[in-house]
Amino acid sequence: MATNSMGNIQKIKKKLKVLIVDDDPLNLKIHEKIIKAIGGISQTARNGEEAVIIHRDGGSSFDLILMDKEMPERDGVSTTKKLREMKVKSMIVGVTSLADNEEERRAFMEAGLNHCLAKPLTKDKIIPLINQLMDA
Amino acid sequence: MELGQMQKSLQDYTKSLFVEGILDSQFLQLPQLQDESNSDFVSQVVSLFFQDSDRILNDLSLSLDQKVVDFEKVDPYVHQLKGSSSSIGAQRVKNACVVFRSFCEQKNVEACHRCLQQVKQEYYLVKNRLETLFKLEQQIVASGGMISAMDLGF
Repeated sequence: MATNSMGNIQKIKKKLKVLIVDDDPLNLKIHEKIIKAIGGISQTARNGEEAVIIHRDGGSSFDLILMDKEMPERDGVSTTKKLREMKVKSMIVGVTSLADNEEERRAFMEAGLNHCLAKPLTKDKIIPLINQLMDA
Repeated sequence: MELGQMQKSLQDYTKSLFVEGILDSQFLQLPQLQDESNSDFVSQVVSLFFQDSDRILNDLSLSLDQKVVDFEKVDPYVHQLKGSSSSIGAQRVKNACVVFRSFCEQKNVEACHRCLQQVKQEYYLVKNRLETLFKLEQQIVASGGMISAMDLGF
């Protein structure tokens, strides 16, 4: 496992193919970099509708989908439900705001998430979660 | 100014941004994502933040100046600015957006106008301070010095 100069674990156990679904171009850029830095490869979708179209076209399958909650056209909750109806088996991790209340988070989880993380995302948050989900 | 002094100035200046709450620890995540294949990642991300924020603040001003304010339009702008400021660690901008959103929920036009001014104030402050930070870094590099995460002193 690769470590940085401070000895911290910096990579995930397996090269993952990740779909990042977020309407904010800045978040997309940062999250792409995070995925690359931890040893994954990524594709992006600017909203939930694009994420559904990517899967509907049938060519893509992902190990992990990072799903933003609030997006125009189709939000994270609706997108997650739709992908699960389409029998998408990827790990889906919801990315929520700290301002979201417990009820909103629960509704997001019940849509079909494997887990939820609060923004902003960091390598330290995502690596242990991915490794844990892969081991499960 | 001697290189060692410049590096000390950079360290002190950077530290001040955290002490004053202008930046939070999220900003320190960005240099960790920089590598040889993308050596100006941090400045690219910050530039993108500036471009997006300028646009959003302009759109917000226009939206709030309408005779009848459409909060269905205003709130997503504030949400986006809150998200992007949070992602780069612009803590005071983010906090100002949180307050702004609460007044959007209440559809309080007057309070939203005040919030917009507060957000603008915090944004121009962080923009100004980050531009100064990058200038200091450029001066160090131009003098043959190097910048590392440890220079931030955290």
